Amino acid sequence: MDLSVTLRGRRHELRLKNPVMTASGTFGYGTEFAPYGDLSRLGGMVVKGLSLQPRDGNPCPRIVETTAGMLNAVGLQNDGVDSFLRDKLPRLPWEQTPVVANLYATSAPEFAELAARLDEAEGVAALEVNISCPNVKQGGILFGQDPAQAAAVTRAVVDAAPHKPVIVKLSPNVTDIAGMARAVADAGADMLSCINTLAGMAVDVARRAPRLANVIGGLSGPAIKPVALRCVWQVARAVDIPVIGIGGITTAENILEFILVGASAVQIGTASFMRPDAAFALVEDLPEACRRLDVDSLDDLRGALVTG
Amino acid sequence: MSQQSSCLLTVLDLVPFGQTGQDSRFFALRLTRPDWDGWRPGQFVMVRPVSFGLEIPWARPFGICHMTARHLICFFQVQGKGTQRMAALREGDKVRVWGPLGNGFAVEPETPTLLLAGGMGIAPFVGYVNQHPKPWNVAMLFGHREPLSCYPVDSINEHVPLDSLRETEPGDLDNLIFTLQERIRDNAEQKGLVLACGPLPFLKTVRRFALEYGARCQLSLENRMACGVGACLGCVTRTTETWPVPAKRGGLVQTCNHGPIFWADQIEL
Repeated sequence: MDLSVTLRGRRHELRLKNPVMTASGTFGYGTEFAPYGDLSRLGGMVVKGLSLQPRDGNPCPRIVETTAGMLNAVGLQNDGVDSFLRDKLPRLPWEQTPVVANLYATSAPEFAELAARLDEAEGVAALEVNISCPNVKQGGILFGQDPAQAAAVTRAVVDAAPHKPVIVKLSPNVTDIAGMARAVADAGADMLSCINTLAGMAVDVARRAPRLANVIGGLSGPAIKPVALRCVWQVARAVDIPVIGIGGITTAENILEFILVGASAVQIGTASFMRPDAAFALVEDLPEACRRLDVDSLDDLRGALVTG
Repeated sequence: MSQQSSCLLTVLDLVPFGQTGQDSRFFALRLTRPDWDGWRPGQFVMVRPVSFGLEIPWARPFGICHMTARHLICFFQVQGKGTQRMAALREGDKVRVWGPLGNGFAVEPETPTLLLAGGMGIAPFVGYVNQHPKPWNVAMLFGHREPLSCYPVDSINEHVPLDSLRETEPGDLDNLIFTLQERIRDNAEQKGLVLACGPLPFLKTVRRFALEYGARCQLSLENRMACGVGACLGCVTRTTETWPVPAKRGGLVQTCNHGPIFWADQIEL
């Protein structure tokens, strides 16, 4: 069965051999997972969020396990865009599998500078704009909760990256995600991905203390899948650009759920912590799940949800 | 180093240590052997029983106690919900395991080597002493709170002298600290090698004396980790100005794939 998908953005398209991508922040720079599977079999790889300068992120403890999920407040620790382009990207099979660079900045001009660097880098197939990280004080979620600011950042990145598709990653921590999606789509985004993590907390009664040094973190994992499905469904109905579904996927059937509510592709996040070969296993399992659920074509399944 | 892989292993048995019956909190978990070429003492594995389901997402990291042609053995103490569920494992149950992870302890056959184990920190040293080419150059000091029968001391090579210090009352801790100080100082004078594994306060004490006496010392860190492969960035530790990679001096490195064994002077604790 042909599992390839083409995400047709406003300006550019992104072709994937299958709809299984890895989510930013859960797949390192890709090479960490090379011992556990063939990276070139993945539909796409979204690498750890990049900033112009290296960042240390937040103090530890900055991850905590919760029921069917986890909270993280890593705060975008990364080696910076230069180190990625020089040391990491050349080691990835980007000719076989699209590598998507996730980018984070604290202002629209900084976003533009970062986007311009990535736009001209050979081996970067697309840009994913992080306007939804709940763990950084500046930028991040601030942009993701205000439609006007989200649109401004989107325009800045789209203008600075004329050669590559721009994906905007949306936050679920908003009252009206469909409105956010429309604002970003109108500003020129080629495609959307959703959802980023949900803001959450875990506390220790014995110590009267939060379990994360940052107090608040982002919830991910199987626990958030119902929220993610709802968001993707609302977003896919609100815009006419492709949507990449993210949130709690652990099985091939889960992938089909996201496609059914309107996603064109998906990203695998926390599941890669539950076993490092999770994304590779899902690529293997997908054809069988399609057969079992009478899915002849992913294009036909997309958005085919029947509601009363 | 051997290639890592993720595999589904079968439980051969789960052997309680110390008090037997339902109350036991110390176990040796014996699994079918993974398809790895080899391993080095000090390396660890991520262990996730299938019974964790979706409810307990993270695997748990354990130092490799021993690996033979037939099986892989890890030693664990029941601490939280993950290890609690592991204590219910039975023969035939399936467990997801990935590894071998991390770098492993230095092995210098001719160097007088002092092993400092705190509590469960003894686990990786079982493999260490049994693989050491000249075990008569190795000695171990073991500080622990529970009875000695709770720990896998019987499987330690008979050539390795083992001094055990049990901590049951406050004064015992002072004695342990004093003994650590003496043994580390002596080892430094012999230009030996000190290897330590145990809880954070234990490692901090060892590090302090190692730096004070100029002992060559490696510490095995067990920071909280989700993935074990360098991606989740939960287990990071800060390096010092002696870290070998200039760009990372004073920065954060993952404990899982830059450690878990670090030279004492190259990291902050």
